[in-house]
Formats: sequence, structure tokens, C-alpha cells
Amino acid sequence: MNAPHPPPVDPLQIGGRVYRSRLLVGTGKYRDFAQTREAVVASGAEIVTVAIRRTNIGQDSTAPSLLDALPPTEFTYLPNTAGCYSADDAIRTLRLARELLDGHTLVKLEVLGDPQTLFPNVRETLKAAEVLIKDGFEVMVYTSDDPIIARELEEIGCVAIMPLASLIGSGMGILNPWNLKLIIAEARVPVLVDAGVGTASDAAIAMELGCAGVLMNTAIALAQEPVRMARAMRLAVEAGREAFLAGRMPRKLYAASPSSPTSGLIG
Amino acid sequence: MLSIVVNGAPHFCRDERSTVADLLRELALTGKRVAVEMNGEIVPRSRYEASPLAAGDKLEIIAAVGGG
Repeated sequence: MNAPHPPPVDPLQIGGRVYRSRLLVGTGKYRDFAQTREAVVASGAEIVTVAIRRTNIGQDSTAPSLLDALPPTEFTYLPNTAGCYSADDAIRTLRLARELLDGHTLVKLEVLGDPQTLFPNVRETLKAAEVLIKDGFEVMVYTSDDPIIARELEEIGCVAIMPLASLIGSGMGILNPWNLKLIIAEARVPVLVDAGVGTASDAAIAMELGCAGVLMNTAIALAQEPVRMARAMRLAVEAGREAFLAGRMPRKLYAASPSSPTSGLIG
Repeated sequence: MLSIVVNGAPHFCRDERSTVADLLRELALTGKRVAVEMNGEIVPRSRYEASPLAAGDKLEIIAAVGGG
């Protein structure tokens, strides 16, 4: 019999459940399922996003699937609405996902507005969120870094607000830390950066700003060594969180504040 | 011959009295984690055996795949 896990220290709380890891990862863009699994395991992530697509008809039924590599019993699957450009599409997709995952209600909502930039259509996002929440879903919502939209999404009942750091897949990091800080300061639900993380420091900065977690996919999958980057991201999220909890020193333009004593100087 | 549409492509069921469960068996999807939508309505797993197909039915059979 397995020894019970000790309760997580400083757990991530989303929608009434707690998680040990503050790093959430996507499962796309990997070389193959083996690499997907290796990277996800190295990242320490418990929550993984998946897309919902037509199953391949006529494909070899013994061919491995994502679920073989990442069993839903081992990970919390977070279905997304990637590829949806309307509230209706997103709602339909997540209802199918709920059926697919045995009534599981924690979902990632994203409604895109432009196929080139993949920037979110926040109007359609709000519409979809309202319907989904009424239908019993726990919505983690991908959105722009507009603090007013973030406030509205929280007010209608989203369980997490997930503003972009920069465009999906761009790896540009956090382009507007000020907006992110505004969102974090006001939010009473977890704020997770989702989209645009490129390397470890981006994830650490997100956590230092006070994010509850970080969601990323491309930063790991398209690194030269994805498994190594997954490890780096795990450490970065932990380091950033610790630094946030430790409370950083103040910034000053100049300090004349040496760390060494000013007396007893050799004459 | 039952003429239906599955995932956007025409499909023909030999048995006119096929059910959703029969279709999944035919497509070797029994026991796989999928969800089924028929003519815009989700068919719960518990109702696969009891859901007959009719000519012209449009089905979407979906699964979870890698994504961000």
C-alpha cells in the first residue's frame, strides 16, 4: 500500500481543489508521445491541457494515443477550446469535453479573435464564460491583460483568470508587467499567466509578480532540449514563488548602501 | 444501407438498424475514450446502445489530443 502524500505546502487552489505544482503545461507540439510524457513528468505539472478534436476514423485502433502516454488517472486533464472563434463553438467544445472526461468540470476557455495573432476575442470570451458557468463548469479563462475584462470575468464567476504574457507561441515573455500587476492586485481568484512564456526567467518573473501559477506549452516543446527546459521551468516557478513569498528588497535609483561596514576602513 | 455523415465524411452502415454503439464497434472505437454528438446533441455514453441511427444523421466523434 502506498504511503499517503503529505499535504502540499503552499498549494495552488483552483475551484475547490488543491494542487502541489504551480506549473501547468500543454501537451501539443512535441515530437511524439514519449517526449510529451518525459517533458510533462520533468515539469512536475499535475494539470495538463488537451485539445478536443475529431477522432481519426480508419486509423489503426492499436496506435498509441495521448491518453496512453498521460493517463487521465495520473494527471488532471484541462480541456481547452483552441481553434474556437465564437462563444457557441467554445461552449459546444467544452460540453463535449465534459462528456469525454466523465463529467469533469474544470476547463480552460479560450475564444480567439484572429488566426494570425491568436489574440483572444474578449467579447465572445465573456459570452461563453457566462453560459458555461451557468451550466456548472469551473472556468479557467484565457484573456487579454485588460484589467477591466479580467474584473468582469471574475465577477461572472470564473475560477481563475489567465492573462496572456504575450501572443500564444511567441515566446516573447511578459510584455506588460504593469497590467499583470493591476490584475493580480484586484483579483480574488488565482491569476495564472497563460501564453507567451519563452524561457525560465519569464516564468520566474510571473511568479514574482504574484501569479498563482503559470501555464505554458511552446516554451517547453520548442526548446532545443524540451525535457531539460521542463526541469528549468519547474525550478523557475518554484524559485519565483519563493522569492514572492520572501518579499523582495526595495528598488532604489541609487542607494549608497553598501553591504560591507563603512567603519574600520584601512587607513 | 444507412447513409450517414461521420466527422464530416460520408459513411455507410450495412445494417439499417445500427445504433451509435454499433457504429463505434464498426470503427473499432469501443472502449476508447471518445464523446459522440449526433445532429448537434451529445449522446451520453450510457445511451450508445439505445440510440438508433437514421439516414442523414450527422455525427461528430471526438477525442482528447495534444494541445496548449
